[in-house]
Amino acid sequence: MVQIKMESNLLGANEMLARQNRSLFEQKGVLVINLMSSPGSGKTTILERTIDVLDGQLKLGVIEGDLYTDQDAQRIDKKGVQVFQINTEGACHLDAGMIGTAYKRLTTGNEDIIFIENVGNLVCPAEFDLGEELRVVVMSTTEGNDKPLKYPLIFHQAQAILLNKIDLLPYTDFSLDRFSDDLARLNPSALLFKVSGRTGEGIKTWTEWLLGVVDKKKIGLNN
Amino acid sequence: MHELSIMEGVMNMVRESAQQNGIMKVNKLKLVIGRLTMVLPDSLQFCFQVLSQDDLFRNAVLEVEPREVIMRCMECETQFAREDPYCYICPGCGANQVEIVQGRELFLDYYEGE
Repeated sequence: MVQIKMESNLLGANEMLARQNRSLFEQKGVLVINLMSSPGSGKTTILERTIDVLDGQLKLGVIEGDLYTDQDAQRIDKKGVQVFQINTEGACHLDAGMIGTAYKRLTTGNEDIIFIENVGNLVCPAEFDLGEELRVVVMSTTEGNDKPLKYPLIFHQAQAILLNKIDLLPYTDFSLDRFSDDLARLNPSALLFKVSGRTGEGIKTWTEWLLGVVDKKKIGLNN
Repeated sequence: MHELSIMEGVMNMVRESAQQNGIMKVNKLKLVIGRLTMVLPDSLQFCFQVLSQDDLFRNAVLEVEPREVIMRCMECETQFAREDPYCYICPGCGANQVEIVQGRELFLDYYEGE
């Protein structure tokens, strides 16, 4: 009997493809944002609102990830933004290989921001680097304030968190204090945006931040 | 449920290596999995049972070594173990800038065969 030492990273194949994506995105100067949440938290509605504000100021693209259907892509398409739909047909997350292919199909080479709407799931997408620059988690007040502690990895890795359905806050038992305390313990540097996809509340603060990130990126590229 | 594709990936790595090393039968696989990964050891065991039906893997044992979460404070440099992987605060000085030293491992350590 022999023992063969491997020491191989189980996500090594994905991480290699993610590195390739990241260097391609850097070379193109595009800000790629991986938008993650549980199903029904309002990612697509927030994207629609975001497009309404940023369209005309920035060139946008969207990669949609769902198990089945192109319903989300149709909604984005109606806004006149370049969109590509990935159907994972059962898989619970997007991976770097899918994103590499989707980007090539989608890009016209001059996007400022590409949003990736990941499959609705707070568990598996956290493990798969797509080569994105920013990870943003959307969660809604109707899901309850305990989600960060129940799904620590995804919240720990995020640069920004959008707390959606803030207009419904008075009708829920969601504790903003508890939520903020938990987030401070889990990820003190994450930015928190309180928004409503339905009313548009708070969207402007989020899009202003995005504009700032894109500006900073452009200044960095020109220096 | 991504454990199935992860397990498939592991077995493909071993299959390729076994072929190169002239190994006809695998007896044991050893994985190392940190508690701060979103991968469940029990689920991996189940997927391994489902996938290990061919001659190479039949009767092979999957061993998973869990790794506890260890963090290091970037202020006072204290290293500490964490039972609750959702508290990123130094128990020594209370700073909230900590780095993860251990707990994110996810790798195939070795396999044994003949």
